Amino acid sequence: MNLSAEPKVKNRVLLALLLMMSIADLCLPVLTDAPNRLLSGTGITLFALLDRHSIGLLLPFCLLAALSFVPQIQATRILTAVGATLLLFGFSLLAGFTASRLSGGEDSLVRISFGGAFWVSSGLCGLIAADAIARASPRRSIHILANLLVFAPVVGLLFGGQLDQLSIMKEYANRKEVFDDAVLRHLEILALTLVPAVMLALPMGVMGFRRPRAQRALFTVLNMIQTIPSIALFGLLIAPLAMLARQLPWLAEHGVGGIGMAPAIIALVLYSLLPLVRSIVAGLEQVPPAVIEAAHGMGLTRTQVFLHVEAPLALPVFLSGLRVTAVQAVGLTVVAALIGAGGLGGIVFQGLLSSALDLVLLGVIPVVVLAVIVDSVFKFIVSSLETAHA
Amino acid sequence: MIEFHQVSKQFERRTVVDDLTLTIAQGEFTVFIGASGSGKSTTLKMINRLIEHDSGYIRFAGEEIRRFKPEEIRRRMGYAIQSIGLFPHWTVEQNIGTVPQLLKWPRTRIRERVTELLTLLHLEPEQFRQRYPHQLSGGQQQRVGVARALAADPEVLLMDEPFGALDPVTRAALQIEIARIHQLSGRTIVLVTHDIDEALRLADRIVLLDHGRIIQQGAPASFLTDPANDLVRDFVGRSDIGIKLLALEVVSHYARPGEVVAGVAISNTLSLREALSIFVERRVSSLPVVDAQGKPAGALHFADLLKPDAAS
Repeated sequence: MNLSAEPKVKNRVLLALLLMMSIADLCLPVLTDAPNRLLSGTGITLFALLDRHSIGLLLPFCLLAALSFVPQIQATRILTAVGATLLLFGFSLLAGFTASRLSGGEDSLVRISFGGAFWVSSGLCGLIAADAIARASPRRSIHILANLLVFAPVVGLLFGGQLDQLSIMKEYANRKEVFDDAVLRHLEILALTLVPAVMLALPMGVMGFRRPRAQRALFTVLNMIQTIPSIALFGLLIAPLAMLARQLPWLAEHGVGGIGMAPAIIALVLYSLLPLVRSIVAGLEQVPPAVIEAAHGMGLTRTQVFLHVEAPLALPVFLSGLRVTAVQAVGLTVVAALIGAGGLGGIVFQGLLSSALDLVLLGVIPVVVLAVIVDSVFKFIVSSLETAHA
Repeated sequence: MIEFHQVSKQFERRTVVDDLTLTIAQGEFTVFIGASGSGKSTTLKMINRLIEHDSGYIRFAGEEIRRFKPEEIRRRMGYAIQSIGLFPHWTVEQNIGTVPQLLKWPRTRIRERVTELLTLLHLEPEQFRQRYPHQLSGGQQQRVGVARALAADPEVLLMDEPFGALDPVTRAALQIEIARIHQLSGRTIVLVTHDIDEALRLADRIVLLDHGRIIQQGAPASFLTDPANDLVRDFVGRSDIGIKLLALEVVSHYARPGEVVAGVAISNTLSLREALSIFVERRVSSLPVVDAQGKPAGALHFADLLKPDAAS
């Protein structure tokens, strides 16, 4: 009879995500313990780890669970985001401490790695925070900054050395220089791809917009390039470039050859052209014809109409295209390691070939982080451009 | 001011303007009217060279327009269109300042001019200066569009169905605005419309086009009293020609000065059409008249509406 005694769920999304997290933590190991880097380890569940010191980890979880039952106001949303951040921090801290407790001394071969429950839980923490942030503020630029803040405490742990005893960080410690070089090389390839790709795509896009017939031919060619698998395209470039380098020694002296950076960059530029050219054409096409007619009618020259009206109005669409292209290039650069271009892909393939899973992760995680950062930076620029006149 | 001599224009072998000869005098408010496809917009756009004519010549201020650079002639003519075409990424102030900026006016002069124009078009300068077009209503956007066309004090103002997309109330308000601007500045205005009431209300001279040819041109009243053919008669509306004629006349020309009659006085600036409405509404045969200052100015009798043009 007493219906009011029954608690009402106010945030079903939050409760559902927390339930998923509980199931993962009950069924999957949060960490694994292996005698050395090549053997697969035995799982350690979360509940085996919880003792007097680490029981505090459950506090943010309880806070979040309680928050899903109270009315959703601004304060609740901010608390939810903070709770998720603390929970993520707690999981990482627990992993770090456990690793230093179990891994023994300097010379120990024991490897403590993240288990399924850790990945699921931290992913869900990120989702909970992102959902709360999206509800708390309508501004895109705030979302991006707040989402980055959620991961700040974990980055703090990383640089503070608390995670050093985890297997992946041991892999890093063993290959510090290789890793740093790979990150730099990855960024170098990205820059060397995007700059010429934009410079080529700009005239192509403008021409495609002005001449619809040329546009059709252009997109046919670019679409065809896009359908070639990346490994095949890298491979296809080896022979002609090797020949070219043999014919023109001057090129070979400057590092152009069948393998290495040159074919990688050429292939990545080719892949980048379609999204870039398409975004330029789409951006120019969505400029209202009335605005252009008015601009001509007031006596702006063709160049002025392009620079002052068409280009600025097409810019947000173009930048969205550039964002997609940049994220795509970060991922494709991994594959370019196969033809000797270097970059983080080198670490990934080394890990794959030696069946060292943590070495693969050492290559993959920075790629993901890099892609997220590139994506966020462009989103931030686009949203600040849009708010400037919205 | 603007002179068309045997001008023709073809689009893909279809003649849209056919041997058009026309002179637009300085300070005249000319309205091109016609059904869609009559060539009225094309004729307007040939003046500022947005469309180039094929044969004949068009003179502006005594010179063939091809002697000017297209940009130069366009900067000397204001241009307002139905879809307005404000630059969405610029503020109201930047929009209005477009042509002055192209002409390299100093900043302070542009600012003053913007204030002046916003005031002229009844938009509070400090409130609207920094707004973006999407923050304005349709009527406000078109006011900014007109202000932008007037910004560099152009010799001619070209308007292509400027009020076509507005609701009737906003349209009427802007028609009054543009009539006032014409009276104040004595600027040459060429306006394209398909709305005969708008043409009758605003024009000094109406040019009716059909299939690229001029069917009739002249003062608004001549279209009502002396339509050239059935097409013109259809255009002005057969059933209410009389009412439209009354709309062209003002009470002051018909009132009998010195006479005093009882009743609530009407203003002598009203049109005879409005006076007719009041006669019928009040069911009286005479009305007292006052002038703009509210002083008695005689009386208007119902029968006076039938007198031949009293002004002449």
